[in-house]
Amino acid sequence: MAEAVAKKEKKPNPVGRFFKNIGLAIKNFFVNLGVGIKDRFVDFGKRFVDGSIGTKMSHFVLGAGNFYHHQWIKGFLYLALEVLFILFMVLCPEVNGTPYGWRSLGPEGIGLKGHDGTATKPGSDPVLMLLFGLVTIIAIIAFILLWLSSIKSSYKADLDVREGRKPTTFKQDLAALFDNKFHVLMLTPTCIAAVAFTILPTIFMISLAFTSYNQVDMNALGTKQFTWVGFENFGAVFTGVGSLGTEIKARFFPVLGWTFIWAVLATFTCYFGGILLALLINKKGIKLKKVWRTIFILTIAIPQFISLLTMRNLLDVNGPLNKILMDMHIINKEINFLGLGSDYKGGEFIPKLMIIIINMWIGIPYTMLMTSGILMNIPADLYEAATVDGASKTKMFFKITLPYVIFVTTPYLISSFIGNINSFNTIFLLTGGGPTITDGLTTYKAGGTDLLVTWLYKLTISEQMYNAGAVIGIFTFLITATITLITYRNSKAYKEEDTFQ
Amino acid sequence: MSSSIAAPNKKKKYRSQKAAMRTSKIVSYILLVILSAIWIMPILWIVLQSFREEFRASGAYVGTVTTSFFPTHFGVKAYADLFTSDFNGLEYAFPRWIANTLLVSVCCCIISTFLVLSVAYCMSKLRFKLRKAFMNISMIIGLFPGFMSMIAIYFLLKSIGLTQNLFGLILAYSAGAGLGFQVSKGFFDVIPTSLVESAKLDGCTNFKIFWKIILPLSKPIIIYTALMSFTGPWMDFIFAQVILGNANPELWTVSVGLYNMIFGPQADLNLFTRFAAGCVIVAIPIVSLFMFMQKYYVEGVTAGAVKG
Repeated sequence: MAEAVAKKEKKPNPVGRFFKNIGLAIKNFFVNLGVGIKDRFVDFGKRFVDGSIGTKMSHFVLGAGNFYHHQWIKGFLYLALEVLFILFMVLCPEVNGTPYGWRSLGPEGIGLKGHDGTATKPGSDPVLMLLFGLVTIIAIIAFILLWLSSIKSSYKADLDVREGRKPTTFKQDLAALFDNKFHVLMLTPTCIAAVAFTILPTIFMISLAFTSYNQVDMNALGTKQFTWVGFENFGAVFTGVGSLGTEIKARFFPVLGWTFIWAVLATFTCYFGGILLALLINKKGIKLKKVWRTIFILTIAIPQFISLLTMRNLLDVNGPLNKILMDMHIINKEINFLGLGSDYKGGEFIPKLMIIIINMWIGIPYTMLMTSGILMNIPADLYEAATVDGASKTKMFFKITLPYVIFVTTPYLISSFIGNINSFNTIFLLTGGGPTITDGLTTYKAGGTDLLVTWLYKLTISEQMYNAGAVIGIFTFLITATITLITYRNSKAYKEEDTFQ
Repeated sequence: MSSSIAAPNKKKKYRSQKAAMRTSKIVSYILLVILSAIWIMPILWIVLQSFREEFRASGAYVGTVTTSFFPTHFGVKAYADLFTSDFNGLEYAFPRWIANTLLVSVCCCIISTFLVLSVAYCMSKLRFKLRKAFMNISMIIGLFPGFMSMIAIYFLLKSIGLTQNLFGLILAYSAGAGLGFQVSKGFFDVIPTSLVESAKLDGCTNFKIFWKIILPLSKPIIIYTALMSFTGPWMDFIFAQVILGNANPELWTVSVGLYNMIFGPQADLNLFTRFAAGCVIVAIPIVSLFMFMQKYYVEGVTAGAVKG
């Protein structure tokens, strides 16, 4: 471990290295892309010039080369997919209106109705236009890939014939799918599903960040259309200039600040609390270790919506905890622990504190569960040597136990920090983001305990400020991505991903 | 610490050490008992609430506004009512929600497990072009907050007419599952590659290696993946609520139903004991599943740490 520390000191600081790496990565990306595109074009030209008449035909009619080589089924599949693509481009009405519409997200005015579902002319609903525009782009990319693969397959058959082999039969192609092309068979379902339900929606939301799509604007302007606005929405967050108005700037920074404070406090309270609890349970001479552990693990095992809603009711103004405290005369007026209710005036401090405490109740057992195993793996001779040298228990904890555990659990610490930045359930179920802040602002309602993610939820679901929500989502992504990249790319798990087998 | 010098004091020192140890042990036990009480109390409270059989003077249920921590009358009426009564006009609401959730989670479990295992195997044991690119893209996509694309998925499902539909929910839950292959990949990584190579020398196809060699060795991770995707729909309520909609209680999953019993526009705080009963019924199977697969869970979460 001493070696690891020494090694670390020699390296330049991680942030500087991070930006250097990013620069290098971007440079490499474009260089590789350039080389790749060049190679593709060279290959492409070579295939066209060198290929048989069938291959040449394949550039226009997919599968022609396969027919030429009597690969009937394969050729027919390529042809069918081409026909399907053409039908899709010609017949799908939403797509049909798109190529022009997508540029401006709908010609404004000209007698079109929009997003309320009463669209009378295809391509008039800007949301669907944007969505199907993306679908079309993906379909076109897929078709280009299909086109290239058809040419390639035909050229491969050419080469086979030229070298005196028989072109592969359909049966052989199928067999290859179960052997050296097994990854194609295995990854196709995931790729299709992920493109449709993960990548497409993500790109759609990223696009929304560059549009004027929000319910407030549309109602104010009496229009059902929206259009591209470039980086205006991002600028609005920092400068308050743009169609999003000045209020988003006033809201964004308090929410961002609290998100960071929350993530740091929540991560470290749970982390060190969990280590201490694990030490306590694993202490020599403590009996029934399993029973103690199970008691604490119960809070992890119970679905969060149950345990958090229970907590919310337990801490309610009229809830049992207040009742008990009142009966014991510890307090003489009920405390609104979570700042619930619109008439709450007690400030944000108590709800924030309560959230962090309740989060400890949820989170400490997690760390305890994770670190228990690690604590038992600390080499016993370290402690023996320390005892011989006359080290005290506290000293041993700070000099042996803690460094060891921190060293081993750093990846877990980072992932739990990111998890806390995105910790939706805790905030949403306990306070719903409240208490309401009364500062005269009317839009972008963020409560006192709202994190970026809960605010994002409110912006998109209840306020329907879709573009603002998308901007916030992108900022959240940038924050988590930066943290992940800095730490993860430097970790052994990433660098030696291939070697650990 | 040579024994010859310490000899005269040895007995005394030994005794004081023993006493100190006993004190620290007692302190530890006291601490553990107090902490356990704190951790158990909320859980105990919700369980007790579900057995509370008290009524207001008006005949209505006692809601969250309770008079004591412990119920004065125990009974199972809340459970009986939960299963037989209606929710805002929907008859047998709770059994229906259970059936919905069961359907969704069984389908999700099958689809997700298949997707996750197939991707994990490819990433771990096969080498092909774009492998690294696939891994990087899936990591980057995973860093976008899930709630951001939720509304887009809603629009997408709406445009193909699958909102307010359990099938749409199944799609939304399981379609992205393949990108969460990291834990299973970690498991496959540990299976020696030499096994795969020797099978290849014997003429096994990649499919046969996967089917006959890898899968039989991977029971723990199959169980883990299946249980994780099975329990997911029982715990999520945001996604389900957005996709299934507020207006269709007959389509809700258990968590959406329970949430709406005491929060939101259709809430009735007097249903609190019934809500508690529902919570207990949902929690029991999930808690037992978790206890059963605790070991795999820890291995999954610390997989990165072990290698790091």
